[in-house]
Amino acid sequence: MMSKNNEWPIWEVFIRSKNGLEHRHVGSLHAAGEEMALENARDVYTRRQEGVSIWVVESKHIHATNPSEAGELFEPAADKVYRHPTFYDLPEELKHI
Amino acid sequence: MNNSLYIYLLLLGDNSLILGHRLSELCGHGPNLETDIALTNHSLDLYGQVRSYYQYAAEVKGEGTEDSIAFLRNERQYYNVLLIEQPNSDFAHVICRQFLWDAYHLPLMRSLMKSKDDQISAIATKSEKEASYHLRFSSEWMRRLGDGTEESHAKLQAAFDHLYPYSFELFKETEIEKEMKENGIGANLSLIQTEWKKTTESVFEEANLKLPDTPPALTKGKQGIHTEAMGFILAELQYMQRAYPTMEW
Repeated sequence: MMSKNNEWPIWEVFIRSKNGLEHRHVGSLHAAGEEMALENARDVYTRRQEGVSIWVVESKHIHATNPSEAGELFEPAADKVYRHPTFYDLPEELKHI
Repeated sequence: MNNSLYIYLLLLGDNSLILGHRLSELCGHGPNLETDIALTNHSLDLYGQVRSYYQYAAEVKGEGTEDSIAFLRNERQYYNVLLIEQPNSDFAHVICRQFLWDAYHLPLMRSLMKSKDDQISAIATKSEKEASYHLRFSSEWMRRLGDGTEESHAKLQAAFDHLYPYSFELFKETEIEKEMKENGIGANLSLIQTEWKKTTESVFEEANLKLPDTPPALTKGKQGIHTEAMGFILAELQYMQRAYPTMEW
């Protein structure tokens, strides 16, 4: 077994399933460098034709919000219904909005 | 029946079968999860190619099936090169064996895409992309191990010393290969060798590998004369069909 210090860094993997769609986070993996991360992502996450493009980014480069701050960050939006564009009267002829 | 074409298809298919088996032995035993899956994917790619070659071979022979060709021949009726049957001694051996073969397999497929035989050309066209990825994967690992730590380099050099002498057999033309080359069905191995040298020499250099000064190893695999490793492979590969003939699942 490799010791903790010798373990390869973790990478986050993003796959675009079709041209025109966005990349979505699909999971993570270990790799020693970016080339290996792309190859590993190809082998682990696109075996069943899941994608046409792969992004990888080393996990340490991702900055995340702290769950304990969820209240101040997200709750203030809860009572601002006017931010949803639902207060317009639309003409009958418009079908696809 | 066209016996030369039948044997040529086995010469092509048997390498993929035995290498596919060797890689399948690593399923669940890879050095880490990602590499384990990668090598197993390679194995499945190879088995896919094997099925196409053997289905066509059965048709050419007019008897048997892909399964009987895969599982019911005796050792001397398999024509894979000796390089392919060498054991998975360690990860460096797995990568080195793969690289020496991938660097041959890709130009072989590119050449066979132009074969006068439509079936062979179709199989080569499908396999070419797989071979191309396999070569990319094994080349990366050759550089990584060879130019990595002192330990990884020493292990790769040891694998290289063992396996490199077997690579000469890939280019030693048999009567059947000569005949197939001349009628436009098979590949010209001396052209493949030129491509192989181009690909391998730059990787050997980047991986800091020193060419062993041992002479070329035995080269009788294509005539069905194998190393002791082959019997063990077939024992495992054929066990179920030999113990329970015609079993299905």
